[in-house]
Amino acid sequence: MNVLDEDEREVAAFPGQRPPRASVGSHRIEEDVFGKAYDPQTVRRIWAFVRPYRAKIVLSVAAVLVFTATQLAIPLIIGRAIDSGMTEGGNATNLLWAVAAFAVAVIFNFGASFVQETEVGKVAENVLFDMRRAMFAQLQRVSLSFMDKTEVGRLMSRLQGDVNSMQEFLETSVISVGDMVLLIGIVVVLLSLDFRLGLLTLSTMPILFIVRIFWLPPAKRAFWNAHETNSITAGAMAEGINGVRTVQNLDRQKVNFDLFDDKAYANLRTQLIGSRFAQVMVPIVDSLTGTAMAIVVVVGGSLALNGKLEIGVIVAFLFYIQRFFDPIRSLTMQYSIMQRAMTSGRRITEVLDIPASITDKPDAISLTRDMDGSVEFRNVNFAYDPDRPVLKNVSFTVNPGETVALIGPTGSGKTSAMALVHRFYEVQSGAVLVGGHDVRDITQQSLGEQVAMVLQEPFLFTGSVFDNIRYNKVNATRQDVIDAATAVGAHEFIERMPNGYDSILEQRGSNLSLGQRQLLSFARALVADAKILVLDEATANIDSYTERQIQKALLTLLEGRTGMVIAHRLATIRGADRIFVLQNGELIETGNHDELMELGGLYAKLYNMNYSSFDDIPDELVSKANAKAAST
Amino acid sequence: MTTHTAGRDHSRGDARAHLAAAHAGKGRRPLVRIALFSLRHPWQASLAIGATIVASVLQLMIPRLLGHAIDQAQGILSTAAEGAEQALFWSAMTLLAVSVARGAFTLVQNYFSESVGHHVGYELRLAFYDKVQKLSYSYHDKIHTGDLITMGLLDLDGVRMFFATGLVRMVLLSVLIGVGATMLLTTDVMLGLLALSFVPFVAWRSSVAQLTLRATWIALQEKLSGLTRVMEENLGGIRVVRAFSAQDFELDKFDTASRAALALSHQRVDVRVRNTSAMTFSFFAAMGLVLWFGGNKVIAGDMSVGTLASFLTFMTILQMPVRQLGLMVNSFARASICGDRLFNFLDEPLAIDDVPGAVDLKLTEGTLRFEDVHFTYPGATHPTLAGVSFEAKAGQTIGIVGAPGSGKSTLAHLIPRFYDIDAGKITIDGQDVSQVTLQSLRRAVAVVQQDTFLFTTTIENNIAYGDPWSKETKIERAAESAQLHNYIMGLPAGYDTVVGERGVSLSGGQRQRLSIARSLVLKPAVMVFDDSTAAIDAGTEHRIRSAIRRYASDRVTLVISHRLSSLLHADTILFLEDGKIVEQGSHDQLLAQGGRYRALYDLQTRPSDNIELGSAAQ
Repeated sequence: MNVLDEDEREVAAFPGQRPPRASVGSHRIEEDVFGKAYDPQTVRRIWAFVRPYRAKIVLSVAAVLVFTATQLAIPLIIGRAIDSGMTEGGNATNLLWAVAAFAVAVIFNFGASFVQETEVGKVAENVLFDMRRAMFAQLQRVSLSFMDKTEVGRLMSRLQGDVNSMQEFLETSVISVGDMVLLIGIVVVLLSLDFRLGLLTLSTMPILFIVRIFWLPPAKRAFWNAHETNSITAGAMAEGINGVRTVQNLDRQKVNFDLFDDKAYANLRTQLIGSRFAQVMVPIVDSLTGTAMAIVVVVGGSLALNGKLEIGVIVAFLFYIQRFFDPIRSLTMQYSIMQRAMTSGRRITEVLDIPASITDKPDAISLTRDMDGSVEFRNVNFAYDPDRPVLKNVSFTVNPGETVALIGPTGSGKTSAMALVHRFYEVQSGAVLVGGHDVRDITQQSLGEQVAMVLQEPFLFTGSVFDNIRYNKVNATRQDVIDAATAVGAHEFIERMPNGYDSILEQRGSNLSLGQRQLLSFARALVADAKILVLDEATANIDSYTERQIQKALLTLLEGRTGMVIAHRLATIRGADRIFVLQNGELIETGNHDELMELGGLYAKLYNMNYSSFDDIPDELVSKANAKAAST
Repeated sequence: MTTHTAGRDHSRGDARAHLAAAHAGKGRRPLVRIALFSLRHPWQASLAIGATIVASVLQLMIPRLLGHAIDQAQGILSTAAEGAEQALFWSAMTLLAVSVARGAFTLVQNYFSESVGHHVGYELRLAFYDKVQKLSYSYHDKIHTGDLITMGLLDLDGVRMFFATGLVRMVLLSVLIGVGATMLLTTDVMLGLLALSFVPFVAWRSSVAQLTLRATWIALQEKLSGLTRVMEENLGGIRVVRAFSAQDFELDKFDTASRAALALSHQRVDVRVRNTSAMTFSFFAAMGLVLWFGGNKVIAGDMSVGTLASFLTFMTILQMPVRQLGLMVNSFARASICGDRLFNFLDEPLAIDDVPGAVDLKLTEGTLRFEDVHFTYPGATHPTLAGVSFEAKAGQTIGIVGAPGSGKSTLAHLIPRFYDIDAGKITIDGQDVSQVTLQSLRRAVAVVQQDTFLFTTTIENNIAYGDPWSKETKIERAAESAQLHNYIMGLPAGYDTVVGERGVSLSGGQRQRLSIARSLVLKPAVMVFDDSTAAIDAGTEHRIRSAIRRYASDRVTLVISHRLSSLLHADTILFLEDGKIVEQGSHDQLLAQGGRYRALYDLQTRPSDNIELGSAAQ
């Protein structure tokens, strides 16, 4: 039954050939979709989101009950209209009463359906948006270590897919209350109208129940397969679109077409199987309806002929029969919806339960612009994983206004040291002080305002250039933004864009070059106007023209600020007031260029290898230099 | 699905035939084209339509039969009690038979109309995918990938479902409403009119509602994708958010986007509810009238209870299909719009395709020549290349430098015909690249791009992307030359490690090395490095170069870079400026010339002493 088996698929695509090392698209099968349909723990958590709307829920349930009552009443009224108004002994007055009752029922039906559908629909939407917001807000607080190891795509599927299946569940669950009542109501009404006829007619109902119980598991599997192959095909198509340049470049069109054909064809097959399962219920329901009608006609008819049953009752029976398979159908569907909702609910609560590891102390102080701007590391020990220390007993002080360059091979702990200044993570022991205060005693908000950070990979948001530079400094004026852009040398290219500062950056600025994005992120840091600047210099090779611009911008940026730069370029390193050389989590050398050259340690060895950038140096050479430095 | 192992399934037909069919019918209106395309499955389509007619006629018989049975039960039609019971039994059996038959025919109707839709979807998907792969760079440059994906998913669905939701439903509704109305009106004109009075109102409301809902749906999707973007960028850029302490700012952004979407979804609920309630109400109002006037007729003896009951049952049968009129109208509107977009895309002429009678490129010496090549991007006013000429022989390495925008990458993209030139000629071994088959050309020319697209699959499959049948040893050799083998062997799953969007992420340098390995597998006659070592450190680049040199003797190598150290070894270096070669020669010759190349060299080797950082702190 598994259409997606990789080996089979490849053989199918290229009969008589060795299967190619190729596939199109990729797909992650969703786990655990047919789990428990009821999990009290999850229900309690979901209820917390529904609670604020409980008045509306009560109203909707009331409306559903009224609605169901009118649905039950209408065939009865028609039956009464016939019996008391039209058959022998009936008269127009009775008919008028019946029609009046009919009108009242219809008005109630109208009002109740209006209230019910509006309220249920809107409450479900509101709950959905509330849940999403709660998750999103939680993700703003959770530790970066969690975010580091979690794929954005996985989180997005919780923020969207799972939330949507919760909405579906909420919408249908109120309606299924109505279905339940309708079902019971029909049973009660039929039995009380005529017990024997009612019992006979209702005997068809369990048949449908049984049929559906056997039908449901394979049908669900078939629908699920159809859904899966559909997303697999869609994924393969999206990949073909996104990677089209590479496909043409490497001339893979033919192979891809055949592979895609297989996926699309497998999808066609599962869709057809799904259709078969869906449609097979139609004749079954129709046959059962026919049987029930036949029973009413034969049994009810002969009762009526013998005067034991009024004709209106038969009419009412026939009306009920038209309706009574609907609730069974939707109630059995509701079971799958509940299963899905429980799985989604659990995944939603998982996100809500991620601990926010870094929080402000109750008495945390607020750092202001007039702090001195010093940074101090006091015997800092830090590790992401306790077994592998990243920083070992590191101590140093950066004086106000000073620029220090941090250098060292990959994995020496430079980036972690930077992250600690901003308290992205907590130290294991020791302390990081900013402006003389332990970062743990400062509010994170004010720390963020006083420590600006420029990351190695410039990250831009979709939106205008202006919004990107201003970012969260909402009180910055347009002039502030232009000044910042001018200072870092970005003004010129911004002005050349079609709408200047109002030009929209598509897809995180993919319409700009890397160097230009770098400059915009500098301008953003400048507008933020923090006392301390932490900067991870870009390693990517930018063309010499832009690089010059960036070097100049860096000067502007560091003016009047304390600067900590993870430096990769010699120009930056040589220009720093002091250079900190890190290796394996330890601070091994400190001093300016000349001092370090004189020391003749790792720095001097690396420098003498004459590379234009410290990242150019292959790892073997670093270790060789280390060995030499150690032996001297 | 065991049949799959037996090889390609013949029932799916020839995939290429589907492509041809999708391209046929150019110039016709979209709805006609969809209908014709659906009718490529004549058996299924006729079964669906035939079954629809039978099923709806059978359905219309049920109220009649019921009414008849009710009259029988009242003893109106027969006098003898014995005979009456007999008659009732036969009525019941007829009812049962008609119901079963109706169910069976509805099954056939639904299944085959869906089946036609699924087949149409399958065939159009193939045509769409094929077109995406064939359209040139210049087309893909100007279209958003998101728009293409929407077209391949949503527009295609609109077209695919037209047969079931538009055409078959139209037949169904015509029969039900047409025959049903005739039956009602011939029985009793006044009561028939009353019974049908809700039809025009509901038809109108449901059409308006569906069209409004569709419009708000599109608007809502836009708002929702805005919200998605806010969330995605927030999570992707979480370090920036934290670095600027912008969590509150981001929450505000989220709230704004979220509220806009929520307002629209509420609006949709309102539109839906207002219309469904009004439709149900008008239906019941009509029923009330039938009950009142019909009841009076029964009292007056002008009509039997059974006939009245059959009128009422008729109405319940008509109610659902009449509401579906809106869906049908919507299906027509949607198919027309979606079909227009989709077919326009499928009809898009291929800007770059084999010329008639194109022959395969025949490689002899492996000489690449540019002869006075001119090129302007579509829509641009300024030429990107203005008269470029040079020659490269097998074994030679040509370096290309120049400021951003000088036309370096463009030059690389012209050789495998990603774009066609405006004037001049590009030849390989004397054969004009525009006159040979694209396939043979692109096999001969490999461009290693700066941005590497990784497919979500194993490293091995990614390296073998251009030649999926290459041997394992060949793949490993390519990875070794690209200095990637050791890294791969260090991974727990080695070459079977899945990379890409859903796999292990590679660094910029590793991606570029993978891209180089990809091209090496192909053993191309012309290999172009389009700034493809920018993220690779100089030492590794050096090792890659020496590894490649071993078997570069019979091929032309073009190296585009702004890092001069990558070009030092080139036999000839071309300095491009504004689409022209302004300096040309070996590294030493160009240095001696003291021109632009020299200036750039000085800039890179003496890193701007005048703007060193030290001055900042003072």
